[in-house]
Amino acid sequence: MKRRNYVLRKVVFAFFTLLAVLVFNFFLFRVLPGDPVRLIIHSPRMTREAQERIRIQFGLDRPVWFDAEALREGDLARAVDTQFTAYVRNLLRGNLGISFASRRDVSDMLVERAWRTVVLVLGGDVIAIVFGMALGLIAAWRRGTRLDTTILLAALFSWALPTFFLGIILLILARGHLPVGGMATPGLKPEDGLTYWLDVGKHLILPTLTMGIVYTSEYILIMRSGVMEVLAEDYILTAKAKGLSTLRVLRDHALKNAMLPMVTMIALTFGYTVGGAIQVETVFSWPGLGRLMYEAVEKRDYPVLQGIFLLLAVSVILANLLADLLYAVLDPRVKGN
Amino acid sequence: MEALKKYLRKPMGVVGAVMLFLIVFVAVFAPWLAPYDPNVRVEVEPDDILAPPDAEYLLGRDDAGKDVLSQLIYGARVSLIVGFTASFMSMFIGTTVGLVAGYFGGRIGTLLMRVVDFLMVIPDLPLMLVIIAVMGRGLWNIILVIGLLGWTYTARLVRSQVLSIKERQFVLRARSLGASSARIILRHVFPQVMPLVIAQAVLDISVAILAESSLAFLGLGDPTLISWGMMLNFAFERALSRQAWWFLLPPGFAIVWVSLALVLIGNTLDEIVNPRLRTHHLFDPRRMVALVAGAPRVETPAEE
Repeated sequence: MKRRNYVLRKVVFAFFTLLAVLVFNFFLFRVLPGDPVRLIIHSPRMTREAQERIRIQFGLDRPVWFDAEALREGDLARAVDTQFTAYVRNLLRGNLGISFASRRDVSDMLVERAWRTVVLVLGGDVIAIVFGMALGLIAAWRRGTRLDTTILLAALFSWALPTFFLGIILLILARGHLPVGGMATPGLKPEDGLTYWLDVGKHLILPTLTMGIVYTSEYILIMRSGVMEVLAEDYILTAKAKGLSTLRVLRDHALKNAMLPMVTMIALTFGYTVGGAIQVETVFSWPGLGRLMYEAVEKRDYPVLQGIFLLLAVSVILANLLADLLYAVLDPRVKGN
Repeated sequence: MEALKKYLRKPMGVVGAVMLFLIVFVAVFAPWLAPYDPNVRVEVEPDDILAPPDAEYLLGRDDAGKDVLSQLIYGARVSLIVGFTASFMSMFIGTTVGLVAGYFGGRIGTLLMRVVDFLMVIPDLPLMLVIIAVMGRGLWNIILVIGLLGWTYTARLVRSQVLSIKERQFVLRARSLGASSARIILRHVFPQVMPLVIAQAVLDISVAILAESSLAFLGLGDPTLISWGMMLNFAFERALSRQAWWFLLPPGFAIVWVSLALVLIGNTLDEIVNPRLRTHHLFDPRRMVALVAGAPRVETPAEE
């Protein structure tokens, strides 16, 4: 019963978060000066009829938020038929508008690039989680020793490094040894099969490594203070008093209890890694969503910018919901309390 | 005084404070320290563009033939102004929200914490990028965006502290004596959470500086000011291919310098004021010596 309530609460929260993002995204880009039709299709040569068609498709002939007049006439369907509902309707159909710069469907561009960012973020996150948690655990256990100080200093230093600058440094160091830009050597095509994918893998090394290093430091710091708190609990003293070996205390008591909050932390950090991906993709010209966002900012390509932000926000919200649900499965207290 | 003594005993904290002091000094006295005024247009010969360091231009020149060192010195101002102002803003909002949510609780508390959860979930950098791209990239827009989005962690920290403080004897006593809520919060609760808030605020300054430099690197820095992130943006596009390291590396290391200084200070403060981090039950330096020396394991009593 309790667990069902918990799950329900989390789903409702995620739903409202999504809704808030939609409303925000809708209004932010309406602050821009000029005719909204112009902002959807950026062509001075558009005919009047074409403009009118878009006006109707995006509901721009309707009020922005709410049609009070129609409501007074008792026409509820018409009252909610507004620019906002048209926006949501278009979204549900996967219509995100057309890029100013390339004149392509924004949704097509996003679909084409999304997996490249997913690979990068996942790769970097896996490295960071494995190394970060291991080093954080060791540092907390050996607290105050030279080993701890070394790990802590290294973590603080790479935490202080801007992601893009670490990328630039690695790029300079690896020049001539590893590919430093793009997704594949020019000339190679997906039809080349294994050769192509191996080449793509090589291009992935530096961007993934950059992500990995930056976020490892994040996890070291979180894990270190988390484990330190757990180790101060009385049940650790009890476990030790029972005569358990340090290894078993660390593995069965400290790690297990420090892991739970980590599930939430991993999901929250996912939001930061997405931000890191924008910087890393910009430095290494990795043609994913982040690089596209950089280019869209440069060209003020608003439909693309709006589409990417929406996609990133929705993914992060869903990842957080997933973590919350996982938490319900892992933490016995959610059920028992 | 006691706290200051404790702080001075931590080498990391002292190093951080010295590093920060140097950069503040440079920022304040920039016009006297910089050999050239970077805001003045200069006549350039083709040879001056990305010219390597020499006696006259200690860090060489940029793609417009200007002195890199002078820009670096002036860039400290932008970083520190953005960092301190945005962090102060987050500290103020976060503390207020945390105090109110923690002390009063109830519907208001729940609502405020839902807002915190919401802001925590939304990815920061993409959100800042779209807002600045739409609203314009003036210095104040950048500060506002970073400050208004950066208070969530402080709010959570303060709220969890207040929840336990408000049940303590001295607060209960003050309340039974008829003290108003405002008085209890300001006189009794706030002083208790302040040390933690300040440690967090110092860390927030470095977060804000890193955020500003990322925005500037991605092309959204204030175009009328010289900032380290923007120097890197130019250098990455124009100096990398010509291997003009003197233009590319210094601004990056300047960012690392100031944010590392703040992280060292913040971390040291946190160690001093956060009581939960003081000791743990597996802490046993003697065991470490035994392990390193390869000696047989010596059973030692648990240390407090």
